[in-house]
This record gives sequence, structure tokens and C-alpha cells, in this order.
Amino acid sequence: MLGLDKKDTGLLLVVVVLALFAPFILNLFPTNSGMAFFNGGYPDLMQRFAIFGIFAIGFNILFGLTGYLSFGHAAFLGVGSYAAVWMFKLLNFNILPGLVLSVIAAGLLSVLIGYISLRRSGIYFSILTLAFAQMMYAIAYSDLLGRWLGTTITNGETGLQIYNDDPQILLGNGPNVPHLFGLEMRSKVDLALGPWNFTFPVGYYLCAILLILAFYLSIRIFRSPFGLMLRAIKSNQTRMMYTGLNAKPYTLAAFVISGMYAGLAGGLLAAMDPLAGAERMYWTESGAVVIMTILGGVGTLIGPILGAGTIKYMENIISKMNESLLDSWFAFLPDWLQHAVVWVATWFTGEGWHMTQGLLFMLVIIFLPGGLVEGGQKLTGLFGRKRAQTQTKTEPAE
Amino acid sequence: MGILEVKNVNKRFGGLKALSEVNLSVEENSVHAIIGPNGAGKSTLLNCLVGKLIPDTGSVMFDGQSVLGRNAYEINQMGISRVFQTPEIFGDLTVMENMMIACFAKRDGAFTLQAIGNMMKEKEVVDKAEHMLESMNLADKREMHTASMSRGDKRRMEIAMCLAQEPRLLLLDEPTAGMARADTNNTIDLLKKIKDERDITIAIIEHDMHVVFSLAERITVLAQGTPLVEDTPENIKGHPKVREAYLGETQVAA
Amino acid sequence: MDVIIPQILNGLDKGSAYALIALGLTLIFGTLGVVNFAHGALFMIGAFCSVALSKLLSVSYVTEDPTQKDFLGNPLKVETPYVESWFGPEVGGAIIDWSVPLAILFSIPIMIVVGLVMERGLIKHFYKRPHADQILVTFGLAIILQELVRGIYGANPIQTPAPDAFKGSVDFGAAFGFDPNVIIYPYWRMIYFFFSAVVIGGVFAFLQFTTFGMVVRAGMADRATVGLLGINIDRRFTIMFAIAAVVAGWAGVMYAPINAPNYHMGMDFLVLSFVVVVVGGMGSLPGAVAAGFLLGILESFASMTAVKEVLDGIDQIIIYLVAIIILLTRPRGLMGKKGVMED
Repeated sequence: MLGLDKKDTGLLLVVVVLALFAPFILNLFPTNSGMAFFNGGYPDLMQRFAIFGIFAIGFNILFGLTGYLSFGHAAFLGVGSYAAVWMFKLLNFNILPGLVLSVIAAGLLSVLIGYISLRRSGIYFSILTLAFAQMMYAIAYSDLLGRWLGTTITNGETGLQIYNDDPQILLGNGPNVPHLFGLEMRSKVDLALGPWNFTFPVGYYLCAILLILAFYLSIRIFRSPFGLMLRAIKSNQTRMMYTGLNAKPYTLAAFVISGMYAGLAGGLLAAMDPLAGAERMYWTESGAVVIMTILGGVGTLIGPILGAGTIKYMENIISKMNESLLDSWFAFLPDWLQHAVVWVATWFTGEGWHMTQGLLFMLVIIFLPGGLVEGGQKLTGLFGRKRAQTQTKTEPAE
Repeated sequence: MGILEVKNVNKRFGGLKALSEVNLSVEENSVHAIIGPNGAGKSTLLNCLVGKLIPDTGSVMFDGQSVLGRNAYEINQMGISRVFQTPEIFGDLTVMENMMIACFAKRDGAFTLQAIGNMMKEKEVVDKAEHMLESMNLADKREMHTASMSRGDKRRMEIAMCLAQEPRLLLLDEPTAGMARADTNNTIDLLKKIKDERDITIAIIEHDMHVVFSLAERITVLAQGTPLVEDTPENIKGHPKVREAYLGETQVAA
Repeated sequence: MDVIIPQILNGLDKGSAYALIALGLTLIFGTLGVVNFAHGALFMIGAFCSVALSKLLSVSYVTEDPTQKDFLGNPLKVETPYVESWFGPEVGGAIIDWSVPLAILFSIPIMIVVGLVMERGLIKHFYKRPHADQILVTFGLAIILQELVRGIYGANPIQTPAPDAFKGSVDFGAAFGFDPNVIIYPYWRMIYFFFSAVVIGGVFAFLQFTTFGMVVRAGMADRATVGLLGINIDRRFTIMFAIAAVVAGWAGVMYAPINAPNYHMGMDFLVLSFVVVVVGGMGSLPGAVAAGFLLGILESFASMTAVKEVLDGIDQIIIYLVAIIILLTRPRGLMGKKGVMED
């Protein structure tokens, strides 16, 4: 189907189902039950799943296939956001021009950064991309570009927002919030089924459709001759060169494609919430996308989506946990034990989410370098072997 | 006029003169061996032929075109394929994928952006790769990752990839180094077969006299960075200068 | 001159910090082959050694002074640090005053333990793993360390003053015949620079003149061969890691009075220190030191008003800009050697 083989079609269908039914899958618990806390089916979080899924899929095309570890991809995310907000300011709140420009702007920037950074490989490449991204962050944070040009480009610390006196030349009587040809991103449909409540936000579905397209495109890239060449780069650059292949344009193309994915993700962030700030370009953001990709499984197709989903879900849920909530959870314990448990737990929850995040990074790299996908394969392998063992055991008896 | 013409090539590394006034002519469709004791400059010469090193002076012409100043991949696209001392193959990819990379490189050149099409649907490339694997007895391993192959199979894989590119000149850098006798003989037979089946020039750098005398039609003896003699194997065997420079050394070493 | 000298001086203390961190990074990188993203955290832990010691020394007990009343009419509560009651107010007061320099000693066992635990417990298992894995696992560790410190000391910077004796500034200008008060330089920053110079000199002398150092240098050049000689290189590298941890820790200890320590200072310095290492040339110790000072001073020059008038805000990006230019023109950095960490 769609030029994919059976296995890939299956994978695509899994993603389609996950994406389209996310409002159900993420709201497993009835709204008034104690477990409702773990529901993730609200618009803001679901949008993040899809958007960071796109970001990680793109990152995986570079890191997973070529092995080049960019530590500066947040720059493209940020540029995408700024580009989209500028389109809102100049034209109107239709997100289409914004998304198109965010992809183009990130693409152009990645040509420049990629062309220079790819003159080096390995750790030098990582540090060059990191340096570029930090430079972009500094430029955005203090709006240096704007200061040099005598105008406002990123609006510095405040971040880029839309004001009433912005030109918005195409606004007319159109909506005053981001929309796609009149379909407002913030609108949603609520559905109550007994004790369950489900929300179907327009914005999320737009992101989900783009996620599915992005995923489909990445499958095509993985299976294409181009994808094969990218894997060759990761495997052995000497043989590549002596097989008459020029690795540089291949790597640059991968870099630019992944930069454009990041730009789209940045544009979508702005389309869901029309502002852009420098913190989106900070290097910890670049680190986060690396971890999402690795947690899911580097170089696997579906891994980045799983990784992005897991990290964003944990981030939201864990940072929501506060002391009184923990107290109520552990109220069944004897007092002293309750205090001890809650004391330990507060280190890892609420503001301590970063601690959990750091721990998660380490545990994944140490115990599961292949990520969730490999973990899943190991598990099924384990069960498969057990079955095989029982079979061999039963054989002599027969 | 040979297919490969090396003229007056000099190469220094600091105070060390690695190559001095090297002249070499390799006839089209011949097997030409370059032998010499350790440190004679064989590897330096080879690196000058494939673009890894640039000689200080002199010229290297392949089929009438200079190779100097070109990148390794450009020289490969001109028709020179290189086999390394330790096989260089794509270890994390399968045998079939390795072969397909070589076939794509032959068909599409150094770079083409085919980011959407399914590689397994490129019928002509798939067929060619299958055919190459068949003829090199690698077909039954086609889904195997090459990193887990035996040394002999890796060597065969590498040679097969080079041949898939239909090179006019195949450069082999000590292709049997570190191999057991049986593997060495297999490799000799393989190279003989290649030679008989196609129009190809083979230049081979080798230490093992058994390999050299089984294959070569002409032999150049290199000593201290300069060619000592160039002749047929029969004449080389009895040549006093060669005994002195090459075989003499082994006697002393023994 | 009276414009240039202050800028060079201002660049020296930041440059010293970059140089000390970069030196440790390079040692770890050269010996263990590990990219340590947690090195900035070591610097931060050092700074908090200062904080911890000054807090520890100021631990007080409360007595009531019946002769004086507070504004509610109750007897006045007086806090007396234990140190003062043990050693008398004068000696005790001096000890508290000198807590930052004393933290140099205090930090040694702490940094050694942290370094050893880190190397033996974690990094040892990552020698043969790809650099990407090393970067990410140490990145995770750095986050954990910084969150621990935030959990203990809170998110706000903690002022940690230098001893009273070093408050105030040197009038450099007067000494060189300029107008007084044109070129002034705080004493503590000067101390910091000299301290760094001594530490850097010490590390180099140690590597140059001791057998231990010789083996380590040989190991940096060719690890496999030294291993073949039957020298237990791994144990020496572990010790080297501890030394690098102490050097980073000291850089932090002494930096506390210059910039009030906060939990994310390690990350802030880390990124720049990596840039410094790469600019200096991966694996080159003199390169790391030279690049540290060079970039520190450049940053200082870029923040001059005259420069800022031409290109506003250039001081914030100058280091990255210079790093990119240097890496493009001299791909191995200023003093990098061929074949060292090429990929």
C-alpha cells in the first residue's frame, strides 16, 4: 500500500490508529476516578506528543541513519516558531503561510549550519552544531539581529507575540486566533460517554495528520536508495568513498531534511499557541530531542514517536505531582513511613521532574541503548525463547 | 602506452624520502604486481594512485587523464577500484545491501537524491546485485550482516563490490595478508577467475611470493622508494638485483 | 593602553575558569577517551564546597543575653558560632572569614570521592561505547547532580564572600604610571588568576617530571602500546580522573566569591568549556589553556563600549563566532595533533 511493503504498512497503520484515537487511548480513566490524574488526553499535551514526535522523527533521519549527532537541532525548532509568528503578525492568523515559511526558514538555516558543521565529523560536529545553536539562542534572547537592523526580530526576552497594532494585512474579519481557512485551532468537540469524557481538539488533529505524513515520509526515506546511502555513511565512510560515493551531499541533505522537520515542529508550536521565545533554542532542548530519539530507539522507524510520547507524557504527569497529592496517595501507610516515602518522592516529582529526567537518560543509555523498540524485541524474544524451550523440553517426553 | 602511467613521482614525509623518481606503466588487461621489502614505499605509491596522498612532483595518469588532486570518490568513478589490506565493507549492513550500494554507485554516480523511491523496486539494480552475489558465491548469505562474516568471505565481499562497479583497474593491497593457506589459495583462484572472465586490469601489491608468482604477468620490484627492476615473473625470479634487495633481506632476517 | 589593559585583566578570571575546566576535560578526554558532559557539574560542586564550608563554619548556638533586651522586651538572643566559642572570637572569626580559601582543602577529599565514584561507578563502563553514549550518560549525570544541589541549596544564588583581607581593588594604573583609578582590578580576581596559574603549572609539572605523569602522557599518545608494556594504565587513568575532578572543583571553590554559586553554573560553563577544548585542539593540554585565556579575554574585549557601539551584543556570541571561524580554518583547533580524536 502506498509504495510500502507489508511490514511498513502495518507500522504506518499502528501510527495512524494511535494518532487518530489518541483522545480515547490517553483518557483511559473515568473523569471522576482517582486515576484520572494519569489521563493525558487534553489538547495541550496531545499536541505536544504529535509535535515532538515530528521533531524526533526528523532528528532520527540524521542521527539514526548517518550517525551524525547534532547537538543543536533546537535552533531549527526555534526558527520555525519565529517564522510562523512573523507570518501571523504580517498576514493573518491562517497557519498555512506560517507553516510553509517555518519549514523554508529552517531549511535555509540548516543549509548554512549544515554546510559549515559537516566539514568536520564525530565529536567536532556535535560541538560545532552546539556552538551554532547557542549562538542562535544568544542572538534570539537579546534580539541582536533586531538591534543591528534597528528593528524587532525576536523581541528578546519577552518573546515574539502578536499585538493589535501589527499589520496583519489579510486579517479582515477573519478569526483572531490561529486557524486553517476558518477552522480554529482552539475549537474542540467534547464527548461524554458515561463517566468518561473525551476531547477532540482541532489543533491536535492537524498535528496528528502532519505527524502521520511525516512518519510516512520517513518510512519512504528509510527504504529509498538515499536512505541506504545514509546508512552506508554511518557504517563505513572509507568504503563509501572508495565506492565512488560522495558522502558530503548525502549527509547535508539528511541534515537539511531533519532541520526542515524541526522547523515544521516549531511552526506547529506557534500555530497552537501564537508566541515564540528564545528558550525553545536552548541547548537542553537539543539534548531533549536526542534523548527522545534514543529512548524510543535510534535508527528505528517508530522509536522516535514512542520516545517523544513517553518523555512528554512523563514530563507533564510527573511535574504535576505535588506534595499534597503524594500525601493522599500514600495515606494508607503508617505516618512515619508515609512521610519518608513522600520525602523521597518529592525529589523526583513536581519541580524534581528534571531529576527523574536525568535518571531516565542514564538508565536508558546504560541498560537500554537500543531504546524501547529493542526492549520490546528483547521481551518478545524472551517469550519466544521460553516457548521454544518448553517445546524442546516436551519433545523427549513424546 | 599503459592504462596507468606513473611518471617521475616523488614523495617526502619530512626528512624521509618515501618515493623517489618512480616510473611505472601498467598495461591494459594485464596483472601487474608491485613487490618489495617492508618500507619500500608500496603503500605510499598505492595511496598516491587513489587520491589519498598527493605526490610532491610527478604525474599519475589513468587512461590519459590525471588523477592528481582528485578526491577518492572521483578517482573511483573514473574506473579505479581499491581493495584494502583489511577488508573495508559496510559491517552493519547486510550482504545484499552492501552489494546494492556498489551497484547504485555505478548506476547513479557520486550523488543523486532519490529520497522517496523504494530501493528494492529498482529492478535493474536489484537484478545486478543478485547476479553479482550469485557469481561470487555469496547469494546464500544475502541477509547476513557482513560484520559477522569470516575473513575470507569479507575479502570476497569486498572484491565483489569492487567488481560490481565494473572498474577498468582493480587495485589490491596485500589481499591475502593474514590469511590461512587455504583462504589464500581460494583468493588466488578467485582472482584468476576474475581475470579470465572479464576485461580488467589488476595491479596488486603483495608480500607473499606464492601469490605474486601465481598471478602476475609483470612484476615491478620496489626498494627504498624507487623501482629496481620491472620484468616478467620468470626473469624476476633469477634476477641478481632482486635477490640482493629482496630475497637477500629475507635470508638475513631468517 | 588604559582601555586595553583593563579588558585583558577582566578576561583573565573568566579565562582562568575556562582554562581550568578545559584542562580537566582534555585530561579525561586524552587519557580515558571519554567526553565528559558532567565536568561542569564538578566545577559547580566545587563552588558549593565553598558554600557548604562557610555555612558549616557559621553553625551557631543560641544563648540569651539577660543584660540586653530586644524590641519586645525579651532577653536578647545571641548567636555564637561554635567555631568562635572553641577558638575564641578572634581566631574563630578569622576562620569563618577565610572559609573560601579553607574550602580548597575541604574540597579535596570531596572531589576525589566524587571523581572516583564517577569514574569507577559509571564512566569506566563507557570507555568502549560511542561518544554519543558518553555524552548522553554524563549529560544525564550532570542533570542529576545539579538537581541534587538545587534540592539542598535552593534555586537562588548564594553569596559567598572572599576574606575581608581581599576586599577592594588594586590600582593597577597607578603602578604603571597611568592616572589613578583608571585601571583597577579586584584583589580576589587577581588571586583567582594566580591560583589558576599555579594549579595549571602544577598539573603540567606533574605530567612532565614524574614517572606517573610520563606514563599518563605516553598513554594519551598511544594507549594500546603502553598497555602492552604491562603497565596498569587503567588505574593511573582513574587517578588522573580524580585529579581532573579536583582541578575542576578548585576552579569552582575559588570562583564562588566572583559569581555567587547557583545550581546551573556548571552547565553554563560546560558548553563554553567544550568550545574552548575544541578550539584549543582536542587532546592538547597547552591548547586548552591557551584557548581558555584567549576566549576569556576576547569575550572581555567584545563587551567594551567602543566595540558594542559598532556591533551591539557581540560579546554574547563572540566566543561561538571565533570558535566556528577557527574550526573552519584550522580544523584540528589551535594545537590539535593529527590523528587525535579525528572522529
